[in-house]
Amino acid sequence: MKNNIPKLSLGPVPYYWARETLLNFYKQISDTPVDIVYLGETVCSKRRSLKHAEWLKLAAQLQAAGKEVVLSTLTLLEAGSELGSLKRLCEQQDFLVEANDMSAVQFLSGKRAFVTGPAVNIYNSGSLFVLAGLGLKRWTLPVELSRDTLADIQANRPDDIETEVLVFGRLPLAYSARCFTARAHNLPKDDCQFRCLDYPDGMLMSTRENEPFLVLNGIQTQSARTLNLVSELENLRQLGVDVLRVSPQSAHTDSIIRIFHHCLHKNCDTDEAAAELAGFMPVGPCNGYWYGDAGMDSRQELAVQESLS
Amino acid sequence: MELVCPAGNLPSLKAAVDNGADAVYIGFRDDTNARHFAGLNFNDKRAIDGIKYAHANGVKVFVAINTYPQPSGWPRWQAAVDKAAGLGINALILADIGVMDYATKKWPKLRLHLSVQGSATNDAAIRFYHEHFNIRRAVLPRVLSLNQVRQVAEHSPVPLEVFGFGSLCVMVEGRCLLSSYVTGRSPNTFGACSPANAVQWQETDAGMETRLNGVLIDRYEKDEPAGYPTLCKGRFQACGNTYYAIEEPTSLNTLALLPELQAMGIEAIKIEGRQRSPAYVARVAQVWRAALDACAGDPASYQPQENWLTELAKVSEGSQTTLGAYHRPWQ
Repeated sequence: MKNNIPKLSLGPVPYYWARETLLNFYKQISDTPVDIVYLGETVCSKRRSLKHAEWLKLAAQLQAAGKEVVLSTLTLLEAGSELGSLKRLCEQQDFLVEANDMSAVQFLSGKRAFVTGPAVNIYNSGSLFVLAGLGLKRWTLPVELSRDTLADIQANRPDDIETEVLVFGRLPLAYSARCFTARAHNLPKDDCQFRCLDYPDGMLMSTRENEPFLVLNGIQTQSARTLNLVSELENLRQLGVDVLRVSPQSAHTDSIIRIFHHCLHKNCDTDEAAAELAGFMPVGPCNGYWYGDAGMDSRQELAVQESLS
Repeated sequence: MELVCPAGNLPSLKAAVDNGADAVYIGFRDDTNARHFAGLNFNDKRAIDGIKYAHANGVKVFVAINTYPQPSGWPRWQAAVDKAAGLGINALILADIGVMDYATKKWPKLRLHLSVQGSATNDAAIRFYHEHFNIRRAVLPRVLSLNQVRQVAEHSPVPLEVFGFGSLCVMVEGRCLLSSYVTGRSPNTFGACSPANAVQWQETDAGMETRLNGVLIDRYEKDEPAGYPTLCKGRFQACGNTYYAIEEPTSLNTLALLPELQAMGIEAIKIEGRQRSPAYVARVAQVWRAALDACAGDPASYQPQENWLTELAKVSEGSQTTLGAYHRPWQ
C-alpha cells in the first residue's frame, strides 16, 4: 500500500461568481500551497463568466505558478450545444480533463488519460477496473460512500490508479432539470436573469422550523452543512488516498487550504484545526457519510455534546 | 410503442398482464433494485410463477438490478444477475458499470437495458454503454424537455424508453443523494428514497408534522391532506418564502405527448410505481393501453380522453399531474 503524504486539490468553483471575483479568487489560490486546481463550470452552461479561451489562459497561468491544472466538465448535459462544448473541452490537448458525466468519459475513453469527479458513479472495484482500462488515471470517491467502502475499493484497486476524496466543502447532492434559484424568484429557467450571481455560496433553504437544511445552487442542490474530514487525515493517508479535495467557497478558501496543508506536512492538533475550520463554515460541520451514517450527521459534534452533558 | 408496466408483486404482475402491458418489470427482494421496500418484490418461486404467467400471455419480463453495489454487497448483485439469467427473462435493467461488465462477460447473450438510474441524459453517454456493454435500450431520466428527448432520440445508438406516468423525480436519477444525506440510505446504495423506517408523523398544536430522521419535511393544517414525506416534495423556507422549494407533490402524466413521442421513434413508455397496489397497476395499464392503441391507429386526431384523465387523476400523487420537464416552462 502506498503511504505517501496526499496531495491537496481545489475542486471547481460550484457557484456563479462574476468574472473579476473568479480571477481574483484564482490569483489568491495561486499563492496557496494547493497542488492541483480543477477549473471550469460544472453546474450550469448559462454561467459564462469566462469564455473557453479565458479558462485556458487562466489554466496556463496557474500551471506556470506550479499547479497541476485539470479542466472540469459540466455534470448534467441536456442540450446538443452543451455536448458540443464538452467535446471541445475533451479534445484540447494541453490539460487533463475531469469527467463529471459519462458523456465526457465516452469522449475521453481510449484517447487520453482522464480523471472522474464525484458525480461519476464508481461504487465498486469492478467499475474502477473497466474505466482504468479506458484511460482513467484518477477517480474521486462519490460523496455518499463511507470509509469502509473506500477501504474495500483501495484494497482491490487497479495499478497506477490514484484515489481522490473530498475532505472539505458543502456536499454536492443532486442535479435537476429545474433551476431552483430561478424558481425561488418566480422566474422561468430560460429567463433566470442570472440570479445565482447574488448567492456566492448558494441560496440557503431551511425547514419550517428554521433549521438550515440544503443549499440551492441553480440546478444543483448542496448540503447546508460543510463536510470536514480534517480529523481523519491519518486514516486517509493510511488508506493510500492520493489526493484530498477542498471545495471552493466565497471566503476563507485560502486559509482552509493552508490549514490542511499544515496538518498534512507538520504535526498538528486536529481538534484545534477542526475548531478553526468550523469558523469558516456558513452553517456548521458534517461528516456522517464517512462513518456510514446519514451524511448530515456530525460525529465530532456528538462527541463534544456528550462530553458537555 | 411498447407499454412497460411496474409489478411489485405477483398480483400486480397479473394485473399488468391482464390489462394490456407489453412488458412488466420486476425486482428481487433485496437492495439490488431501486424499489427495495418491505413486503415488496419477488422471491424465487414468485418470480418463476410471474414469468410463466407473463410469457404464457405474450408479455415480456424485465428484471431491474439497478442500484450501485459496494464491495461488501457485491456477491448479492452477482447472484441477482445469475438468477435473472437463469429464469429466462427478456432483459436486465442495469445501472452500474461493474454489474454490466459482469453480466456481459458471464451472460453475453442476455439483453441489457440501461436503467434510468444510469443517469444517461445524452447520446454520448448512451453510446458509452452501447459500445462497452451492448445495451439495446436506454431509459431516459425525467429531466429532459420534449425537444431534448427528440435530440437524444435522433442521435442515440439504441432505441429509447421514456417515463409516461407516475411519481416524478425532479432530480436526475442515479445522481441524487438527498435521501442518504438525511437518512443514510439512498436509491443508489439501498434502493429506496426517503425510506419508511426514517419517517415520523406527529400531531402537534401547529398541525400534522412529517419528519424524515428528525428533519421537518412539511407541516399540514387541520384540513390539509398530509402527504408522505418524500424529502424533495415538502415545503421549506428560501428567499423569505415558505413554499415547495423543490417540487410539489404531483405525478408525471404525458398522455398529451404521445403522438410526438411516437413520431420521434420512442420504443417504449414506462409506467412508474412498483410500490403501488395491483389496483393502481390495473387502472393505469388499462388507460395507457387504450391511449397507445388510439395513438398508433390515428396519431393526427389523437387526443387524451376525458375519462382517461379522470381515471389517472384518482391515482396521482396529490391528485395532480404535470408534464414535468418535458414541458420547458416547468423547468
